[in-house]
Amino acid sequence: MAESAPTGADVPAFRVDSVSYRYRETVGLAGVSLCIESGERVALLGANGSGKSTLLKMLDGLIFPDEGRIEAQGHELSQSALKDDGFSRMFRQRVGFVFQNSDAQLFSPSVREEIAFGPLHLGLPLEEVGRRVDDTLHIMGLEQLADRSPYNLSGGEKKKVALASVLAISPDVFLFDEPTAGLDPKTVSFLERMVLQLADAGKTVVTATQDLELAGVIADRILVLGEDHRLAGEGPAAEVLADRQLLLGSNLVHDHSHRHEEEDLEHFHPHSHLADHGHEHG
Amino acid sequence: MADDAVLPDWLTEAGRKGRRDWAGGTSRKQSAITRTLLGLSKLVRDSVFSENIAVRPGLLQGLDPRVKLVGILSLLLLVSLLRNWYLLVPLYGLTLLMAAASRISLKFYIGRVWLFVPVFAAIIVFPSLFNIVRPGQPLWVIWDFGHEVSLGPWSLGTTLAVTYQGAKGAILLILRVVTSVSLGVLLALTTRWADLLKALRVFHVPRVFVLILSMTYRYIFLLLAMADDLFTARTSRMVGPSNAREDRRFIAASMGTMLGKSHAFSEEVYGAMISRGFNGEPMTSDSFRTRSADWLWLATVALTVAVIMGGDRLIG
Repeated sequence: MAESAPTGADVPAFRVDSVSYRYRETVGLAGVSLCIESGERVALLGANGSGKSTLLKMLDGLIFPDEGRIEAQGHELSQSALKDDGFSRMFRQRVGFVFQNSDAQLFSPSVREEIAFGPLHLGLPLEEVGRRVDDTLHIMGLEQLADRSPYNLSGGEKKKVALASVLAISPDVFLFDEPTAGLDPKTVSFLERMVLQLADAGKTVVTATQDLELAGVIADRILVLGEDHRLAGEGPAAEVLADRQLLLGSNLVHDHSHRHEEEDLEHFHPHSHLADHGHEHG
Repeated sequence: MADDAVLPDWLTEAGRKGRRDWAGGTSRKQSAITRTLLGLSKLVRDSVFSENIAVRPGLLQGLDPRVKLVGILSLLLLVSLLRNWYLLVPLYGLTLLMAAASRISLKFYIGRVWLFVPVFAAIIVFPSLFNIVRPGQPLWVIWDFGHEVSLGPWSLGTTLAVTYQGAKGAILLILRVVTSVSLGVLLALTTRWADLLKALRVFHVPRVFVLILSMTYRYIFLLLAMADDLFTARTSRMVGPSNAREDRRFIAASMGTMLGKSHAFSEEVYGAMISRGFNGEPMTSDSFRTRSADWLWLATVALTVAVIMGGDRLIG
């Protein structure tokens, strides 16, 4: 960690500058630049394969750009920077990542140990680890599952445990990768409330999703990644969700989707094409 | 689906004509390979992942896993050192008592032990019962040839008999196997795998080794579920019997798919560990606590070992 690195609330949580990334022959990101302020609620919106997950993994220092530069709280986020134990510990304590695939995140033999993993590895004293585990089990309503193995849990329970395992670290920044994919409506609404509570508590929340409705609920600002792996647009959530051309161009809405006057969101009434017919949009 | 795509006729034909006839065809059995794999998957799931006995209240379930492991290993050592088979009988009786006190159905417990292992042990010791393999004092003469019989250069003697030494050796081996397996099954049934692996730390097994073992155990289940899904997806699309060649090709393709998936998955798991502060040095919070019951158990085991071992040495 450089001594001269800036600190304070005015420093952005993340600054991404002309970042490109290739995975073997596939382009992951192509010259993406963006800035996420501390305490912001941001959604990364993009179709499948647009590079949302890649960008989130970069923000979590799990993969690194082939070109360009990423800064976290004013410090360069690079492989060599994370080799410094002090910086690595500070960064891991401040940034938490909830993976899309909960099974990848739940590698411990029991829910309790899963939640304790982060605090233990970040060097917290054992009493503090125990306190955090108990508190987290309580706020997530997981007390009954504390000694269960991850393979005995339902999809929604796994997601809650995955979130709990990150909550116990108490990071300043939460990165969510498709947090509601494949979950039942009750769990979705639980997660939405949790994200809003975290944001109210001053945490920075970055959510990668392709769910327009979710983005509208949990984000103040939306960044749209296009299918060309570049930033296609950004702006306040309501404006981006109303920008039909932007959403169409990024393959996030269907040609036949539309907006009702009384609703904020684009939506789509499916219909079949068994017979030829025309479409008109207002 | 392209925006102007219209469903082709072959896809809509049956729907327009109404219901298709569902009658006809012959039933078929699953292929041997599929049956074997599904059976294997079910066996692993039932035997390794079923923890319903381990979470029940009972004598062994209530013990600290570390103390339980030490006790059971001491008894196992005793079993392998005993030279007199009749001392193994009370020891086997002790395992039954412990099973009953741990609320394990004796029928299930005895069945699980006696069904497989002694069959294999008995097959191994069967030839050594006879004087033609292991000469000794005849216990039961099965056949008196009346004259010396030889097979090439190998003399078989004048009788075919079960020998006293052979019978004693066989009983000793079978009882050893049964008692050892009983103790092992008892440990496995009454302890959650995660706790059992953590208890290995008492023998100074390195943390990283325990971590790898517990993660292997955790993800075998996931990979089994993945393999099951591959088979189910195939079964749902199969018409008519498959032949062995097709099966082999499918298995080979599945193995490749599973390898690729597990590799990608391992990268993601590692990422998730790094993300929460893992730096190659695993940390654990040992939450085990020993109570007076644990010390009582250890004392009982020590006494049992001393008495039976002393008896064995005394008898000679």
